[in-house]
Amino acid sequence: MWNSLKTMWIVFLHMFHRRATIQYPDEKPNIPPRWRGRIILSRDPDGEERCVACYLCAAACPVDCIALQATEDEHERRYPEFFRINFSRCIFCGYCEEACPTDAIQLTPDFEMGEYNRKNLVYEKEDLLIDGTGKYPGYNFYRVAGVTIGGKNKGEAENEASPVDPHSLLP
Amino acid sequence: MDLAMNSGFSHEWAAIWVNLILILAVLFAFSAMLSWIERRLLGLWQDRCGPNRVGPFGVLQIVADSIKLLTKEDWIPPFADRAVFVLAPAIVAVTTLLAFAVVPIAPGLGVVDLNIGLLFFLAMSSLGVYSIVLGGWASNNKYSLLGGFRAAAQMLSYEVFMGLALMGVVMLAGSFNLRDIVAAQENLWFCIPQILGLATFAVAGIAEARRLPFDLPESENELVAGFHTEYSSMKFGLFFIGEYVGITLISAMIVTLFFGGWLGPLLPPLVWFLLKTLIVIVCFVLLRAALPRPRYDQLMTYGWKVMLPVTLVNLLITGAVVLSAA
Amino acid sequence: MTTIHIDNRPYPAKDGENLLQECLSLGFNLPYFCWHPALGAVGACRQCAIKQFKNEEDKHGKIVMACMTAAKDGIRISIDDPEAREFRASVAEWLMVNHPHDCPVCDEGGECHLQDMTVMNGHIYRRYHGRKRTFHNQNLGPLVNHEMNRCIQCYRCTRFYREYAGGRDLDALVLRNQVYFGRHEDGVLENEFSGNLVEICPTGVFTDKTLKRHYTRKWDLQTAPSVCVHCGLGCNTIPGERYGTLRRIRNRFNGAVNGYFLCDRGRYGYEFVNSGRRVRQPLLRKNRTQLLQPASKRGALQHLGEMLSAGARVIGIGSPRASIEANFALRTLVGRDQFYLGISERDLRLLASVLDILKKGPARTPSLHEVELADAVLVLGEDVANTAPRLGLALRQSVRRQPEEIAKKMGIPLWNDHAVREAMQEEHGPLFIATLANTRIDDIATRTFRGPPAELARLGLTIAHALDPIAPQVPGLSNTAQALAGAIAEKLKAAERPLVISGIGCGDKAVVEAAANVTWALCNMGRPAELCYVVPECNSLGATMLGGGSLETALEAMNDAADILVILENDLYRRADAALVDRLLAAARHIVMIDHIKHATSAKADVVLPAAAFAEADGTLVNNEGRAQRFFQVFVPRGEIEGDIRGDTPRDIPGDIQESWRWMRDIMVVGRGDEGQWSSLDDVTAACAAAIPSLEPILRAAPSAAFRMDGQKIPRESHRYSGRTAMHANVSIHEPEQPQDLDTALAFSMEGYAGHPPPSLIPRFWAPGWNSIQALNKFQDEVGGPLSGGDPGEPLIEPTPGKKAAYFENIPAGFEPRVGEWLLLPLHHIFGSEELSILAPGIAELSVQPYLALNPEDASNLGLTAGDEVQLRLRPEADAQVDVKDAQVDVKADDSANVTTTAEIFRLPLRFEPELLHGTAGLPAGLTGMGNLGGVALPAWGELKKVEKGKQMEG
Repeated sequence: MWNSLKTMWIVFLHMFHRRATIQYPDEKPNIPPRWRGRIILSRDPDGEERCVACYLCAAACPVDCIALQATEDEHERRYPEFFRINFSRCIFCGYCEEACPTDAIQLTPDFEMGEYNRKNLVYEKEDLLIDGTGKYPGYNFYRVAGVTIGGKNKGEAENEASPVDPHSLLP
Repeated sequence: MDLAMNSGFSHEWAAIWVNLILILAVLFAFSAMLSWIERRLLGLWQDRCGPNRVGPFGVLQIVADSIKLLTKEDWIPPFADRAVFVLAPAIVAVTTLLAFAVVPIAPGLGVVDLNIGLLFFLAMSSLGVYSIVLGGWASNNKYSLLGGFRAAAQMLSYEVFMGLALMGVVMLAGSFNLRDIVAAQENLWFCIPQILGLATFAVAGIAEARRLPFDLPESENELVAGFHTEYSSMKFGLFFIGEYVGITLISAMIVTLFFGGWLGPLLPPLVWFLLKTLIVIVCFVLLRAALPRPRYDQLMTYGWKVMLPVTLVNLLITGAVVLSAA
Repeated sequence: MTTIHIDNRPYPAKDGENLLQECLSLGFNLPYFCWHPALGAVGACRQCAIKQFKNEEDKHGKIVMACMTAAKDGIRISIDDPEAREFRASVAEWLMVNHPHDCPVCDEGGECHLQDMTVMNGHIYRRYHGRKRTFHNQNLGPLVNHEMNRCIQCYRCTRFYREYAGGRDLDALVLRNQVYFGRHEDGVLENEFSGNLVEICPTGVFTDKTLKRHYTRKWDLQTAPSVCVHCGLGCNTIPGERYGTLRRIRNRFNGAVNGYFLCDRGRYGYEFVNSGRRVRQPLLRKNRTQLLQPASKRGALQHLGEMLSAGARVIGIGSPRASIEANFALRTLVGRDQFYLGISERDLRLLASVLDILKKGPARTPSLHEVELADAVLVLGEDVANTAPRLGLALRQSVRRQPEEIAKKMGIPLWNDHAVREAMQEEHGPLFIATLANTRIDDIATRTFRGPPAELARLGLTIAHALDPIAPQVPGLSNTAQALAGAIAEKLKAAERPLVISGIGCGDKAVVEAAANVTWALCNMGRPAELCYVVPECNSLGATMLGGGSLETALEAMNDAADILVILENDLYRRADAALVDRLLAAARHIVMIDHIKHATSAKADVVLPAAAFAEADGTLVNNEGRAQRFFQVFVPRGEIEGDIRGDTPRDIPGDIQESWRWMRDIMVVGRGDEGQWSSLDDVTAACAAAIPSLEPILRAAPSAAFRMDGQKIPRESHRYSGRTAMHANVSIHEPEQPQDLDTALAFSMEGYAGHPPPSLIPRFWAPGWNSIQALNKFQDEVGGPLSGGDPGEPLIEPTPGKKAAYFENIPAGFEPRVGEWLLLPLHHIFGSEELSILAPGIAELSVQPYLALNPEDASNLGLTAGDEVQLRLRPEADAQVDVKDAQVDVKADDSANVTTTAEIFRLPLRFEPELLHGTAGLPAGLTGMGNLGGVALPAWGELKKVEKGKQMEG
């Protein structure tokens, strides 16, 4: 009984404490950069799409809200033909970002995604792609990978020896 | 004492109607406002703001809520018992309002002046439980049914000492008439001699109004809102308003029975009554803000093993005091 | 059986087998790269290292390679030994030193044996930061992609390509740490089994180039067990679908049929399902002067209902490339007497003869696995490398049976692949190939013989006579042929499992009968001889067993005034002479075509209904050995998804494409009003089994639709299937309901039984930790053996054992070259001769172009040089003598219907074929783009003339 009364007194005293509330639309909250909000697709430092359409984000997604199709340009650089995220299903768990081997898919601090029409929550590649590198500057998957793309032949990636000549007779 | 009684027949009725409608309107408005008051207070005690966006300080929040409630789909589940399902929310509203009829607000202000006013209040408030039980039953849903069962058992247990708790007051005042009881506190509010009565009645009252910490029939986190799981729109609204009218009723009764009703110096009686009622209501909200919900067995143990003996002891002492005084 | 001790526990094992295979069979996860159940062990990759102990007291042990150590009784080994584990992990680390960071863009990713093994080894951190070795890639043609950087030098590719499949143009080049697997220069891989490199390669060096164009990960493919439709062997496949298009075919192991390998036609022909030539909605025209117009399903059926209610007589023409159920549904629709098979008279007689020989004769027909076990083979008249390629691969294994004795004598276990091959050198077992022209398996042949069909038949009959003097003797055979026949007879007689292979590819019944005579002669001598016939299409034998007349008899029936002609999945212009088909089609008042692709016949139809291709339907096919196999629907061809944001439930309209038997049922409902005869495939199969007792075993080809595992269906989608809530979101935000499958025990869903289904229902090979095709190990009781629960398929043909068969007495006259005329022989091509696969762009690129082949001598006599064009004029002539009294099928002998009346003139580029006999010429069989030549039954006589350059064609 005494405890209850004491509790009531303490709670009552809270009346004179400072409000913890942030008056959101009037006052913008400070959101940390690692916040898991709206998903974007970034570009590599050369301005090309980072996404190589490896399907790992789609596989990692627990609500299966990512669908894409891989395709290749004339120099066999792989990229997504379409890339669709259904944000009306997304739970912002960030597994896609964890799974992404090229740092292409990233979650951003933007959470203001309210829509009156669910259809507007379906984002295609044009809606997702941003012009910068996002959180991870500097990384370019195709500079590391062994495949050739336009402007990068075999042996020209980071830490690669020049290609072996199979017709050589030298030991 | 009763102005209306002394007037002519038609005059008399007109006065009663004016009184009635006025009180009803104020009561409804107040109960509705209460939801905003409660939420602001809870915010205050939880370091939040509470509803503050609709109108100045958010006072119009209840208007927005009402519009929302009224425009929502009035859904009766196909598996429900239709007639009972519709009846249940009506009962809660009707019984609490009827009980309010006997509350003496100020001299000359009140719907009726019954000799057995206190008994009428007890009768009406115990009728209220039917709405909960019936609502739970008619919803034909396991959560609602459990809520209904809990309500029945809880009311049964707390009803017992609710009436008994007031008997001390009756003994001291020597009347069941509420205006007489108020008058009997001219010198000393009954909260002093009947401190035990006040405590037990307050607890029983909270339980009767199904307020936290005694909201086990509803307990949203285990029974998903219990007896009113299936209710929507204005039927839910009636339960909602019924609850707030109930709080107001219990607070008004506590003020009437223990804190001298409208009595008080300087200020007009009506203001005194409203002020005291409001303070009791605020205490109720504080209770909600501070205390957790007990377990069901704890609730029962508390009712039967603590509250009932305390009430009986209080009755015994009061009886002895009254007898010795006589 | 013997007992081996693994980590101090006893296990039963097969004596003398290698320990790797035994450990895998026992269910242990032991990593490996270079070993393959079909290729044996070479001990090259050092990945399967284990500890071997001398005895129970020995705690130290020594590291050995499991794949190079025989299981002996009481042998004590440890897989879990820390030193062995460390050894394996460091091997994986060395292999990864030069492996590029490619996984995200590598097509093997997610089904990569190297990924699996790296995880299994626990090698999780790359310590090496130095420079990586690189290679340039080669363009290996339209089917196989090359990415040499990823190579881990396990040598599996060259071992398969050169040693198993007999290819010559892929080899290991250079030396040291620079070993390069490729051709001497860019170019198409010559071997017709190159596609298997995709599955053989443990990582992404060789990947599927057709998949690359519409790449999808393994886990995203919706798959179901299926059967290849591109030849008569019925290899088991796993097609995969994503977003409504077929993405690839993978091999589905069937120990009795295709084993681990598929031919390139079967693997890459699938793209016809996505082809622009597909019929995707009903087409309709009210009279023949109009063009075919798209119509709704209901409109088309209503039109059909009106046509049928007029009391018209209906004639049905079935198809050997449609399932048994589809053919039977048509037979039910039109009635037994109005049902014709859609095969030319000549071919039907050949098929009937094959069926009769297999059923009534004493010889068994072997499965492909049994072909591999044969130790002496005679191929008579069939170019198996082109008409049934997987059989050619089986023959490449059969020639190893006799030389294996050398290794056995030297005490080398047969799994010790390299040692066995060293012991054998270039030794091959007896394989005699007697065909029209050279074949791609001639390199392993003991002797070859070339000649027109009559000469092949005479050779066969002579062999039979040499084996059993009661068999008819062939007069007037050359001494060389006589000597050859004697030699062949000797080898066949000496063999433990002699085998004769023939087929209807050369279009001569005498050849079919001669093959039977040879086998029966062996059987009559008490030898366990086997007889294998190659049939041209996936359900040739099934259609023949169903019974029905030929195209020519259909024409005769049409002349009796029929009203409606219903044609099922059949381009009649490929079957018979264009003039005959024209007459047949002209005789019908209405032509209803039910097919999945547009072709010359459907262009003449009044109603074209979109049928489901193999990946969109369920059904049963009967292969050349009479094995009934069920193929399952992989995906539901989708129409549009209807429903907007306010709609309550989105409706997934399934599109107009449906199974042929469902069209038949719908026609029956609108025509006759017999409601609800069949609601699922099981109903049709049951009705078929009841109507035709010889087809009764098809009921057991696979479990019925009511079959459940633990109360659940078997999911077609993997548990990692992705994109479910987004793939249709651009059309409708509401997710469509998954299609329901009433016909089978499989579900179009990720949900269902997660364990191993029965062998005929396996939709994909996957096991925890085994994402690559090597997960198959977990589906076999004994690795490399049959699937757990038995290999799928139900035999329909049982031989009559012990019976003395009477020999065929019909001896064809020897071939006499004519002056000014050439006998035109059919030359089959793996890429081009088959109707459907040619619609796949990759196959089309490799297809031959129309030509006329002559031997150089004949060509120079005609004054032709390479690159010239030849003018060909077919000689109208009655077909060869007709003998159908022993045919199983109800074939009416009628020569009048069988006359080639056209005398058309064709112009074709010349091609030299040195092995063609003087007086014969070759034409590509079944090639599209040959005009009316496509339907001409070969062999036929024709006149050849040189086309003067710049001169227009006569006539």
